[in-house]
Amino acid sequence: MDFGPYLMLATLEGAVLAAVLALMASGLSLVFGVMRVVNVAHGEFYMLGAVLAWWVTSMVGGGPAVAFVAALIVVPVIVGALAAAADMTVLKRLEYDPERTIVATIGLLYILQQVTLMTYGADARPVVPPFNTRLALPWLEWSDGGLHMFWPWGLSTTTYKLFVIVAGIVILSAVWAMMRHSRIGLLMRATQLDSEMAQAFGIPVERVYALVFGIGAGLAALAGVLIVPIQQAHYLMGGDALLLSFIVVIIGGLGSLAGTIVAALLIGLSDGIISVFFSPTLAKIIATLLVAFVLVFRPQGLFGTRDR
Amino acid sequence: MTETQKILVLHVGLIALLFALNFILPAYHHGNLARVMVLATYAIGYNVMLGYTGLLSLGHAMFFAAGMYGMALSIRHLGFAPAPALLVGIASGAGLALVVGLLALRTAGVAFMIVTLMFAQTVYLTILLAGRWTRGDEGFVIQQHERVLWGIDLSDPSSRYLAALTLFAICLFATLNLIRRPLGRVFVAIRENEERARLLGYNVFRAKLFSVVISGTISAAAGASYGLLFGYAGATFATVQYSIFPLLWVLLGGTGTIIGPFLGALFMFYLIDLSSGVTNAYMLIAGVALVVLVMFAPQGIAGELRRRIWSWLP
Repeated sequence: MDFGPYLMLATLEGAVLAAVLALMASGLSLVFGVMRVVNVAHGEFYMLGAVLAWWVTSMVGGGPAVAFVAALIVVPVIVGALAAAADMTVLKRLEYDPERTIVATIGLLYILQQVTLMTYGADARPVVPPFNTRLALPWLEWSDGGLHMFWPWGLSTTTYKLFVIVAGIVILSAVWAMMRHSRIGLLMRATQLDSEMAQAFGIPVERVYALVFGIGAGLAALAGVLIVPIQQAHYLMGGDALLLSFIVVIIGGLGSLAGTIVAALLIGLSDGIISVFFSPTLAKIIATLLVAFVLVFRPQGLFGTRDR
Repeated sequence: MTETQKILVLHVGLIALLFALNFILPAYHHGNLARVMVLATYAIGYNVMLGYTGLLSLGHAMFFAAGMYGMALSIRHLGFAPAPALLVGIASGAGLALVVGLLALRTAGVAFMIVTLMFAQTVYLTILLAGRWTRGDEGFVIQQHERVLWGIDLSDPSSRYLAALTLFAICLFATLNLIRRPLGRVFVAIRENEERARLLGYNVFRAKLFSVVISGTISAAAGASYGLLFGYAGATFATVQYSIFPLLWVLLGGTGTIIGPFLGALFMFYLIDLSSGVTNAYMLIAGVALVVLVMFAPQGIAGELRRRIWSWLP
């Protein structure tokens, strides 16, 4: 392939990664924004999403499409409820002290991961995508004095990958609309601005916290369900995903939803391209160092504005 | 007895007890306890930051690994003898701690935790990237003839045990001494109230930097000794899991106590050892322990002891 078509392919693959990352990272960012706690177990909610998607699709009959839709609806609700329960039993008792919460969520990480290992096992298992037609993509070339369209070999994508990109955009728009225009979004924003004042105005802050933690985990689980037809479900898949979403959230500015989405696009698109030119390990080293230096020298993120 | 005497009796007694155990323990527990003492040294290093200065790091595995690889690589590729190799290991840990401290201490709280986590991840990935020399995940064995320190064969169980005990005793008394000196007092002042310490005229940044370097150096000494005593260096020791372990041991044993790290490491080592006979998901124990500890006993074992019986426990 020439460079042009190759870049287009890398961009498409990168857009799929960016969509999944944006979903996951916006969950992390929402939790940090409203509750001011860092949820280290976030990657495990993503993993649970993928594993439960496998479980639901293997339970439900009626073809891959029906099973997948069922997973897409049921799984985020289960994971969200689980997270809300964890919030009410553990995090609430810690009074959301930032450092103790991190330690507790590290514990939660190992509990979720190891329980999955004990029940689901150490195998990676696939989920059949609901639809997966291969689409060959055309490319334009200037030759013989005119523009010609042709189909380079290997330049293709699948309908499912396009669906993931669209689904990412739809879900994130829905989250944004909920935060901006619904009553519950208003309560969340009020709690984010000043939780004590919100409490004084009669907002049930504790319930808002549980809800936010549940929604955050639900978004990670959704990302897990969406990725599992492309990448198999495995009990250790949360680690890398957590690291990537940390990178996205920190570069985008902690707690800023718009910055998170921009950073997810940046990281998702550049990941494929950097990995082509450098080794993947070196790409990861550069990314983690970048995050550390952003936190040290520009704590509000590359796109964030300084807090009041 | 004055408090100083009580403190001395307790800690010298612990070392004497561990020395006596060398001659009576059965082989399996003898080997385990040698390992626990080296790991407890690692935890002692971690406790200098978390327990006495109030700095929570999530990346201490990088110091442990720096010590281990500084030692192991200089033996393997430069043909160093164990003693200078040990020094190289400790020095590389101290140097890394200085650099990381200078950068990471510009942040505080949650950002500090994430910055240390990211630096540790960078070190881990660098070890993988340099697989030609470090052999990555697979690691490499340090041969028996390379582990003879001053004529003592460290692969022999008894001398290994005594070497581990020596390391542990040195670090235990060094930290005990440190926290009774002015520098250690400043650490505690920072832990209790950083603003007030600054207002009293202490250079808070410099004190915290000292804390990071001391902590990193002790952790590196533990890492280098671990590699030398057990004859193996591998990238596993640089993973996040090895940054979480000292946190767990110190929380369990008691943050800000001298014997806490040892109690925590001993307890958790045997808990995992016993449970790994039942299931391969032994990290579940670590997870449950973390949640339960942080919820119900943030003081840990030695902290509870201090609260209930020995109010003088340092």
